[in-house]
Amino acid sequence: MTDWIKIGQLSDIPQRGARCLNTPIGKIAVFRTATDEVYAIEDRCPHKGGPLSQGIVHGAQVTCPLHNWVFSLETGEAQGADEGKVQTFALRRDGETLLIDASFALAVAAE
Amino acid sequence: MTEKLVVIGAGMASGRMLEHLFETDPSRYQVTLFGAEPRGNYNRIMLSPVLSGEKSYEDIITHDADWYAANGVDTRFGQTVTRIDRAARTVHANGVETPYDKLVVATGSAPFIIPIAGKDLPGVMAFRDLDDVEKMVAASTRPNARAVVIGGGLLGLEAAAALRNRGMEVVVLHLMGHLMERQLDPAAGYLLQRELEKRGITIHCKAQTKAILGDERVEAVLLEDGTVYQADIVVMAAGIRPETRIATDAGIHVERGIVVDDQMRTSDADILALGECVEHQSVVYGLVAPLYDMAKVAAKTLTGTDAAFKPVKTATQLKVTGVNLYSAGDFAEGEGREEIVLRDAAAGVYKRLVLEDDKVIGTVLYGETGDGAWFFDLIKKAESISAMRDTLIFGQAYQGGAELDPMAAVAALPDDAEICGCNGVCKSAITGAIASKGLNSLDGVRAHTKASASCGSCTGLVEKLLAATLGDSYNPAAVQPICPCTDLGHDDVRRLIVAKDLKSIPAVMQELEWKTSCGCAKCRPALNYYLLSTWPGEYEDDNQSRFINERVHANIQKDGTYSVVPRMWGGITNPRELRAIADVADKFAIPTIKVTGGQRIDLLGVKKEDLPAVWGDLNAAGMVSGAAYAKGLRTVKTCVGSDWCRFGTQDSTGLGVRIEKFMWGSWTPAKVKMAVSGCPRNCAEATCKDVGVICVDSGYEIHFAGAAGLDIKGTEVLCHARTEDEALEIIVALTQLYREQGRYLERIYKWAKRVGSASIKANIVDDFAKRRRYYERFVYSQKFAQVDPWEERVNGKDAHEFAAMAEFGFPQAAE
Repeated sequence: MTDWIKIGQLSDIPQRGARCLNTPIGKIAVFRTATDEVYAIEDRCPHKGGPLSQGIVHGAQVTCPLHNWVFSLETGEAQGADEGKVQTFALRRDGETLLIDASFALAVAAE
Repeated sequence: MTEKLVVIGAGMASGRMLEHLFETDPSRYQVTLFGAEPRGNYNRIMLSPVLSGEKSYEDIITHDADWYAANGVDTRFGQTVTRIDRAARTVHANGVETPYDKLVVATGSAPFIIPIAGKDLPGVMAFRDLDDVEKMVAASTRPNARAVVIGGGLLGLEAAAALRNRGMEVVVLHLMGHLMERQLDPAAGYLLQRELEKRGITIHCKAQTKAILGDERVEAVLLEDGTVYQADIVVMAAGIRPETRIATDAGIHVERGIVVDDQMRTSDADILALGECVEHQSVVYGLVAPLYDMAKVAAKTLTGTDAAFKPVKTATQLKVTGVNLYSAGDFAEGEGREEIVLRDAAAGVYKRLVLEDDKVIGTVLYGETGDGAWFFDLIKKAESISAMRDTLIFGQAYQGGAELDPMAAVAALPDDAEICGCNGVCKSAITGAIASKGLNSLDGVRAHTKASASCGSCTGLVEKLLAATLGDSYNPAAVQPICPCTDLGHDDVRRLIVAKDLKSIPAVMQELEWKTSCGCAKCRPALNYYLLSTWPGEYEDDNQSRFINERVHANIQKDGTYSVVPRMWGGITNPRELRAIADVADKFAIPTIKVTGGQRIDLLGVKKEDLPAVWGDLNAAGMVSGAAYAKGLRTVKTCVGSDWCRFGTQDSTGLGVRIEKFMWGSWTPAKVKMAVSGCPRNCAEATCKDVGVICVDSGYEIHFAGAAGLDIKGTEVLCHARTEDEALEIIVALTQLYREQGRYLERIYKWAKRVGSASIKANIVDDFAKRRRYYERFVYSQKFAQVDPWEERVNGKDAHEFAAMAEFGFPQAAE
């Protein structure tokens, strides 16, 4: 069962920008694209740990601010010649409200 | 034996003729060239891009003094020939007689000045040579300057669009019912008018100019119908007439122009004439292609080779960026003539073909002109088009049933199809040169065939020909695109931002056909910079198109924390500031405090959420952001100079502080670091900076283009300044030139290498008026730039950056 938890409003995030969620498993970056799609991924580049939330957002991709690796916000996969993947999290928009699938938190709780 | 050849007129026609002559027989003549203008030969048809600022004068020079010298031409620039003595076979200029065996008259044409009251007032000018362009550019720099252009033909509209580009209010007065009536029919004229009006140009057709008003200088233009247009300048572009006076005085046969035969000989067999000053079979030519044909023929005649000039049909294109317009042949309505018209009003496309006896005799294309060359070829061939009449208007790609790809269309062009109208170059001349000379680039084709080397509108066709001829071995990426989102390079994008008046990133991406929906991490910061530097005060910074350092005004470090550098003007600080820095470090448990290479204090390891509070405390102690993260002015390093040092010659610290206070906040293509040393011992290490000053007894030596980063490079000396004020003005102007020409992320030393120190010195050192203009543009943009980004954010700007969106409880802890 999916446990949707409200995290805020669409307008909390600038277009082509990101905000972070502080969670027990680390920071999760929530992105908003130029066309108002939203995505949630782990805020940590698998290369050197760069905070992806601080990168430049273009289309449904983000470029890591430390060494310019590019990740798909949809799949979490590194783009181009780089290899690597960041965890993605289910996110949904209900009108202006953003909700995240919080099963990751439950998993932590169950441990 | 060497014969003496005298050429009167150093324009495009005579330049081309000399080229042909030296190619064929370089030693036959000893050449003396007279030119009324005080300079060599330039591409006059490119004056409009120079006027609009899209090109510089240097870009359009075709033959400079070195070229003439290399070919042994004795040049007499700035000298007007006053008399030809045919009996003595001499010409007179400046009281000196010069003998000739052969004489070539290439005096061109003069602008037609409408004989109305006020025509001689200061501020009334023609659009004919570089001096006119310079006058217009100077006028356009006045605030709210207004121009009235008389004449809505090719020249007038190019002038109007260019002046509008320069920010002037522009009115075009045109006598006829629609614009460019010699090249366009009323429908295309209407579309053109609408486009120009959209750009903010006022068009008044059927305008009878009655008088130009003004006392000391021009103030307004009065029309017969009573309308008055205010004007700071009036540009007369009402037509040209052949400049024939010298031939008339010498008793040579002159009608409208100097009458020549097919060999370009005048009524005196030893005197040839060519260019806009001649009349051949009762026709006077004003477009460049036939003039170049004349040049070829004249060169052959001079070397005793048979050649004949044949009247040619010409095609016309308007050189206004973003306006596609093409016309060729005869498109007047008449008995027995039919027409095929295609209109798409929404898309602004209009195409019209005029047919007679199943042959195309004329065409007018607006909006989409890609098939112009093909239609022009049909006109010249005069073949029956009955077999393809149904699809003819859709262009070449739709002939033969299936849609061809553009490459196949080029491949299918006949060998004698004209590719470059300006230079009369046909397809086989280009493919032949590619094969025989082993060419593989656009520049190569331009150098060897002249194709696309004039107005450049056939560049796309030439590139397709290169691709079709060379196949995969052609690499068109001679210009490095900014990023994979576009094929355009940095310079083209900058040029088009100005030319097309683009003022937002989405507008740039839309108009320049970006391949991605919203760019990438490479192009977005570049575009943001270009827009910000091109339109200060108008363009609003797009924070999301900046790298994180500039977005939060601190440097991101390897662990995701930030470092903060407060500004210390010229490296000067005091106990109060040092205490505040120490207090901040204690309060926020900042782990590392380090002095930077630029004499500032770096606080390393600040958590992002602490940034606003850290800045708040530093602001409270009077410190602002040191911009140590910026593609902008960072630091001005100094030594103690004459204040304390026994060797110091000038107040280097004071100058450093002054420069930094003047220039802080400015955005530049890449980081800019400066230094001022008080004497040649150079304790501030000014000779490895982007801009460095070495104070000496007699003033200030200004250096630039050093680097101590990826590359290590000593500076070059730019010039010597006598006073501090002069030094500051030079440094500011230099930085502004760099801001306008530098490619994003291109440091000053790389920019200087690319454009050449000579061109930088010409702009900043040699030309005071230009230096002043660069200086003033910098000062203007600073009005919008000198805002402390820290203070803004302490006061809540971009607050979302510094706080988490949500906190999740830690379930374990609740148990």
